[in-house]
Amino acid sequence: MSSIQVNVETARELGLLPEEFEKIKQILGRVPNYTELSIYSVMWSEHASYKNSISWLKTLPRKGEAILAEAGTENAGLVDVGDGLACAFKIESHNHPCAVEPYQGAATGVGGINRDIFTMGARPVAQLNSLRFGDLKLDRTKWLVKGVVKGIGNYGNAFGIPVLAGEVFFDDSYNTNPLVNAMSVGLVEKGNVISAISKGKGNPVYIVGSSTGKDGIHGATFASANITEDSADDIPSIQVGDPFMEKLLLEATQELIPTGAVVGMQDMGAAGIICSTSEMSEKGAHGMRVDLDKVPLRQKNMEPFEILLSESQERMLVVVHKGRERDVEAIFEKWDINYAIIGEVTEGDNLEFFYHGELVALVPASTLVLGGGAPVYQREYREPAYYQEYKKFDMNSIAEPQDLREVAVHLIKHPNIASKRWVYEQYDTMVGTANMGTNFPSDAGIINLKGTDRALAVSVDCNPRYVKADPEVGTMIAVAEASRNIVCSGGKPLAITNCLNFGNPYNPEVYWQFVGAIKGMGRACEKFGTPVTGGNVSFYNQSTIGGKDEAVFPTPTIGMLGIVDNKNHQTTLAFKDKGHMIFLIGKTYNDIASSEYLYSYHKVKASPAPFFDLEEEYRMQQALATLIQLNLVQSAHDVSDGGLFITLLESAMPRNLGFDITTDAEIRSDAFLFGESQGRVVVTVSPSRETQFIDFMVENEIPFTTLGHVTKSEVRVDDVSFGFISDLKKVYDNALEELITGSNMCK
Amino acid sequence: MKFGVVVFPGSNCDKDMIYVLRNIMEQEVVELWHKDSDLQGVDVVVLPGGFSYGDYLRSGALARFSPIMEKVIEFAHNGGFVFGVCNGFQILCEAGLLPGALLHNNSQKFICKNVHIVPDSKITPLTAYLPREMAFKIPIAHGEGRYYADKDTLAEMRMNGQIMFRYSDEDGNISEQVNPNGAVENIAGISNRGMNVFGMMPHPERAADDELGNTDGRLMFESMLKFICERIKVA
Repeated sequence: MSSIQVNVETARELGLLPEEFEKIKQILGRVPNYTELSIYSVMWSEHASYKNSISWLKTLPRKGEAILAEAGTENAGLVDVGDGLACAFKIESHNHPCAVEPYQGAATGVGGINRDIFTMGARPVAQLNSLRFGDLKLDRTKWLVKGVVKGIGNYGNAFGIPVLAGEVFFDDSYNTNPLVNAMSVGLVEKGNVISAISKGKGNPVYIVGSSTGKDGIHGATFASANITEDSADDIPSIQVGDPFMEKLLLEATQELIPTGAVVGMQDMGAAGIICSTSEMSEKGAHGMRVDLDKVPLRQKNMEPFEILLSESQERMLVVVHKGRERDVEAIFEKWDINYAIIGEVTEGDNLEFFYHGELVALVPASTLVLGGGAPVYQREYREPAYYQEYKKFDMNSIAEPQDLREVAVHLIKHPNIASKRWVYEQYDTMVGTANMGTNFPSDAGIINLKGTDRALAVSVDCNPRYVKADPEVGTMIAVAEASRNIVCSGGKPLAITNCLNFGNPYNPEVYWQFVGAIKGMGRACEKFGTPVTGGNVSFYNQSTIGGKDEAVFPTPTIGMLGIVDNKNHQTTLAFKDKGHMIFLIGKTYNDIASSEYLYSYHKVKASPAPFFDLEEEYRMQQALATLIQLNLVQSAHDVSDGGLFITLLESAMPRNLGFDITTDAEIRSDAFLFGESQGRVVVTVSPSRETQFIDFMVENEIPFTTLGHVTKSEVRVDDVSFGFISDLKKVYDNALEELITGSNMCK
Repeated sequence: MKFGVVVFPGSNCDKDMIYVLRNIMEQEVVELWHKDSDLQGVDVVVLPGGFSYGDYLRSGALARFSPIMEKVIEFAHNGGFVFGVCNGFQILCEAGLLPGALLHNNSQKFICKNVHIVPDSKITPLTAYLPREMAFKIPIAHGEGRYYADKDTLAEMRMNGQIMFRYSDEDGNISEQVNPNGAVENIAGISNRGMNVFGMMPHPERAADDELGNTDGRLMFESMLKFICERIKVA
């Protein structure tokens, strides 16, 4: 392999810029060989190095009282949740693999994010996911949806961690390039966290789990003709997941912790062995000597660079205290897991890789990693013309529809609004017997912390239409909505993780969206007191629309963690009883901008983000939190996609109740019912608490509106019947399935 | 009473079952590791849900050959109590301790949701002491839960009161519309003729904790405890 001539052209083929090739030569003091060049090409890739995003990511608030591991220091964020427990959580994208092979792409995405959590010593307790697909009328979209959902389900169900919450969103901008963001949440006793570190000269280095094959080596980068004379067409670019192996690794890891024999441990995800060896070594300020021929392989004729870069799934790198080998090996043997010692920790900074006794690569660990030698770029950005265009939207140009009932049905049936039952019923949502939302649905997912007074609250949110219209405001809204969901459920927001899905960063207009999103996220996270604990950046998400290459909607998905300090305050979104009063907290504006109503009913794509005021939102949420503490509300559900009418409907359906409300004469009825101005929550109040509720709102000067009351089963707006809840529910429940399968299975 | 919960490497409902038996039903519980062949003197063996050995071949197909299952089969043949839930039910059928088989759901999809079931027999351990005239809300979570047995077997089971539960609506009405997986005659769970081996696809252990807002499953555990106590007393 080292016989391949390396020059700037080779570097370019591996995706490195000429100046990056120069930098590598400077670092090494010589021309790298092919294996070394391959190492730099993956470690300095966007995916591993964050070279085009890190300077902006560093502007985000990352500190906080409860933060135990700051962003970037461990595989996932770590937050103190009380009672001696820490919560590890992170969201990650698997967009590109899913565009090619949705089933395996999604399955391995779930596998990867869970390994990040359990290699820290935490046991995963909940998963969430955020999915974006193109137009559901396209066969390809249907194929992607079915494949992704089955992949997430089959992997997660077998692994045995419940899916607690998620989002599914459809828009043409995702036609070619779906987004699959998976989040995992785990718990660990504070003293038992395992770090992704390697240190201590002479300590043995283990590779544990599946054997290594040629899967996942980037076919595009390693164009075959330049690599080997014999064919490299056996290089698949998609990894294959094995949830059973993952389960064994989880259980073995849990047993490793109390032995105290482990120095550090890391999952092998992107960039495989080279990534985990370099990151762990750099962190521990040590070097490592690795014999690549000791790595258990599943294929013959693997070149050293292939062994180093392979992304075969369900593998971990474990560094063990010398002399404690038998303790850890006994655990691997108990769980029938393959393991091999592939090297040892050395002094210094160098990673030395040997193959058949020959040194095939020698690279300083620190030069490979983010924060070390990896390049950092400031990208150019420019405001696109559409931004000002969108702002010119005038609501008066839209005639108010005669029949608002027809609009309501349009929205109820819309895949972005309709029940996602077809999706989530394929996920095990109850394994672990801690999902408190099954029988008490809340805006956020709620995980019971058994044996304590507390519960965790989790939410993933982003309305990418708002972000497209205004990246800064749209991303503030994403954070605000996640926080609102947690507050509505009776929780207190603690921290976030993010998954930043954007187009090509070398396009200044795309990068402008990215910069705006980071600014908005930073402002909102400061306000809500939710530091950013980490996450993932996914650039190059492009779709071809009408022969033109366009970026997907900028989609900075926010995964938020919160805590419910007292389980008795868990608040559900469901109306409880007929006769309860319905109030809207927060002010409604004459605004239909960027609403699903404007976008899909009127087919107007150019409008600004909906009304949003960070201060008003924050005050509203604080007031709601107090109302819940005082037991003044029976239910709470935020106004988001589809507007107030959809919120009311979603609250009414769980118990088959109806509602009777009046609109506001000062606001257009369509804006009142279907507008998506932010900072609003629908609550119900029992008649006995009504006075207290109103007194509280008046005293605290929080705007609110009396909407009406809960009825037995009919839905009425301004004395016009919108039908019975059971009929509306049928439409809501079955619409998505009909769109995906073209039939109604549920008769 | 002493319970033994078998732990296969891919079990994932074992901890849920142990929590309910130990913390909610307040029984003594030991874990029985799949490689062991000692039942540790338990009164009841429980096979929990999950994906025993990954189940890439067929749910429960490999588990029956494990060392612990050899002992469980022997235990059952000698009249010992064995309860299987979900994957545990599949294993009991694969091992021939219960009649019939569990096939892929007719939707060909994994399905997880609350369903309702009604007892069909008053003489099985899980149903003997259940409140009468009500349907029970119990979650399902399976990809291969479509119970199947041939006509003669079904007739015999019916005659012997071996059909424990059928899928129903919330008022207890049985119909094809409320059959979540296409199971023959809406069957959700059965017992052997000796009433010592019994299994069901729905998960009663997921409906036993007050904090989760549904305790219909706890009633089944209570019935089982009472039934087995009576039997042991008689013996």
